[in-house]
Amino acid sequence: MSIAMTATCPECEARVKLTPDLEKGEILQCTDCGAELEVAETNPVELRLAPEEEEDWGE
Amino acid sequence: MKIGVLCSRIRVEEKLLFEALSKRGLVFDRIDDRELIFDLERAPVAYDVVLERCLHHSRALYALRLLNDWGVRTVNRYEVALTCGDKINTSAALARAGVPTPRTLVAFTPESALEAIESLGYPVVLKPAIGSWGRLLAKVSDREAAEALLEHKETLGSYQHAIFYVQEYVNKPARDIRSFVVGDETICAIYRESQHWITNTARGGRARNCPVTPEIANLSAAAARAVGGGVLAIDLLEGSGGMLVSEVNYTMEFRNSIETTGVDIPGKIVDHVVKVGRAAELEAAVPA
Repeated sequence: MSIAMTATCPECEARVKLTPDLEKGEILQCTDCGAELEVAETNPVELRLAPEEEEDWGE
Repeated sequence: MKIGVLCSRIRVEEKLLFEALSKRGLVFDRIDDRELIFDLERAPVAYDVVLERCLHHSRALYALRLLNDWGVRTVNRYEVALTCGDKINTSAALARAGVPTPRTLVAFTPESALEAIESLGYPVVLKPAIGSWGRLLAKVSDREAAEALLEHKETLGSYQHAIFYVQEYVNKPARDIRSFVVGDETICAIYRESQHWITNTARGGRARNCPVTPEIANLSAAAARAVGGGVLAIDLLEGSGGMLVSEVNYTMEFRNSIETTGVDIPGKIVDHVVKVGRAAELEAAVPA
């Protein structure tokens, strides 16, 4: 399965660079607007805004 | 062996764990906690072992409970998550096991909490019982600050914040120690250095290798045993009277500690998971 090497940031529409070992659920940061993005799908790649940090998150 | 990895967001840690599993030729299922549905009357998928890596403490807790109820082995176990996910439970387990820990008082009203604070003497630390990454920790230096904080916690927080966890402030060097325990072994440790009294690397603390001395190894292993054992990260403070265990984490992050220590932390975790899974397989093979 080949993965497109860029995808569109849903916040600012910049092209976000992707690595070949992309995993569903992985978190990326848009280098243009700084938004935290979550990989919703890998084939084809779909990015969405990552959920905000919640109180019971952590180690 | 049927291995499951329960997770939500895929952080660097999860990617490293997947890599370590694949490198050993192990096949595993990724279980997304957002898609999970448990039927309480029916056995879940018969995994030999499930490695829990949820971001949400509450989801981890219930999922582990429901898996363990049906005999599915997990790393870590439900009881361990229950103890480590709540600082009151953790401190209670450490105290009961005789593991040195900062003096801690628990109170349920702002009035009794103020009395508890004054009995320890300023400064003290107020921590939410549930929470991590150093969030909402408060160092309280005087009575005015204490009164304001207690009122804010009672009024602005959820009910959980009106359970007051009051801890002695340990006058430590500008660092603390985080050690990693897998099974019975303290595999490595880092110093977390910061000019701020909160040293969490999630809050900007810098990691440096900390040699595992016999004191660190023994204290860490004792803390891990006190909460039920497994894969754990222990936070240690260097107090004037010796080392103290301040916290035990059950779904630790370790991305800053692999290169720092030179120890293959994800590999060690996966080897432990396999060991637990193998025990489950053996047990299933022997008729009761």
